[in-house]
Amino acid sequence: MTAKLSPTQMAWRAAQDIEDGAYVNLGIGFPEMVAKFQPPGKQAIFHTENGILGFGEAPKPGEEDWDLINAGKKAVTIKPGTAFFHHADSFAMVRGGHLDVAILGAYEVAETGDLANWSTGPKGVPAVGGAMDLVHGAKRVAVITDHVTKDGKPKLLQRCSLPLTGVGCVTRVYSSLAVIDIQDGHFVLREKLPGLGLDDLQALTGATLHVEGDIGDLNVPEL
Amino acid sequence: MDKTIPDLATAVAGIEDGMVVMIGGFGGSGAPIELIHALIDRFRATGHPKDLTVVNNNAGNGHVGLAALIEQGMVKKLICSFPRSADPVVFTELYQAGKIELELVPQGTLAERIRAGGAGIPAFYTPTSFGTDLAKGKPVEEFEGRSYVRERWLKADVALVKAHLGDRLGNLTYRMAARNFNPLMCMAAAKTIVQVSQIVEPGAIDPETVVTPGIFVQGVVQVANPAQEEDLNRAKAVYPEVAQ
Repeated sequence: MTAKLSPTQMAWRAAQDIEDGAYVNLGIGFPEMVAKFQPPGKQAIFHTENGILGFGEAPKPGEEDWDLINAGKKAVTIKPGTAFFHHADSFAMVRGGHLDVAILGAYEVAETGDLANWSTGPKGVPAVGGAMDLVHGAKRVAVITDHVTKDGKPKLLQRCSLPLTGVGCVTRVYSSLAVIDIQDGHFVLREKLPGLGLDDLQALTGATLHVEGDIGDLNVPEL
Repeated sequence: MDKTIPDLATAVAGIEDGMVVMIGGFGGSGAPIELIHALIDRFRATGHPKDLTVVNNNAGNGHVGLAALIEQGMVKKLICSFPRSADPVVFTELYQAGKIELELVPQGTLAERIRAGGAGIPAFYTPTSFGTDLAKGKPVEEFEGRSYVRERWLKADVALVKAHLGDRLGNLTYRMAARNFNPLMCMAAAKTIVQVSQIVEPGAIDPETVVTPGIFVQGVVQVANPAQEEDLNRAKAVYPEVAQ
């Protein structure tokens, strides 16, 4: 039994749910890895806030073109079908309901679908970027996150304690232990790591896990 | 009609103390580094302009471009979405010392506020930031069962923009993702000054490919082979260079 999934494995699991031809925005950090794990025969088109649809992989070191970067300011490449556009069009795609999926990181997720992922409180310099826009408009807003904090405290809660990014916006959580949907203000457990007891998972979760029908095994290859 | 400007110093000559200045770019891509440096040169020679309010997505990186402008003490207030970067030391130190104001705006709201400013739309409603700290004090209205936050337009006295090709009528094209905020800022400023890699004859840009029509542009100056912020920072460049 795997004790918990690595970020790479969470990204792999999230990638399995992306339909062929879907328009997808991947948040900065772990979610960016989702692009590497598209299942054979399914090709998503990736959107980046700074104005590219359908960009390709990172270039080799030394071959970067710094006019061709993603929202994380990392160099990317173009490929047949790439499109460029300005920032107002880019966020029209986001808020206007044109994206199929947005996959983001999280500090906390509430059973209401509230997300906190932009501020850890008043210390430091506040920075929001596109996070508050991305949680609105995409047909599915999913989160990739460790199930608990570094201190072992639940990140899936009844209510968020940190400043919110959006209200009632998250529809699915890919955690390091489970796949959980958010429906009608509840966490609904869909898959958990095989060998992990429901009671043990519940003890690591800050709100009630509801069960509807079978709970699937969260089987992810070693990556 | 000829909107071309002979040199960078002339291009930034009309920027005065206290103005709102939009500066194009997203991180280093599309950032008009040479125009910013020309503005720093003028400040070091004359003590002006200062007390600027700058609108940009970020807060600069390293010690060149926007970061250098902030480091010189020319900027009173920054309106941006993400004042963090790989090397944000200049902004972070001034902000934590209470020496620079910050208005934090979600990135899509920032883009739309600038677009609205250029389009003559004084306010609009967006779902972005509803229920968060960044919506505090802003009017909220419900449309079709969802709540939306009212945001105001954003306009500027001057926009400093980087484009790729420009003609003497001010028609512009951009290079790849260096487009970002630049076309919006061209629309939202009373005076838009553009640095282009090459000034071409009218007609050289196919009308089908013009991204910013010249009506939104007041001045065009050529900077062949413009510097990239990323390259400057990898070389640990500092502007202005320390005197010998």
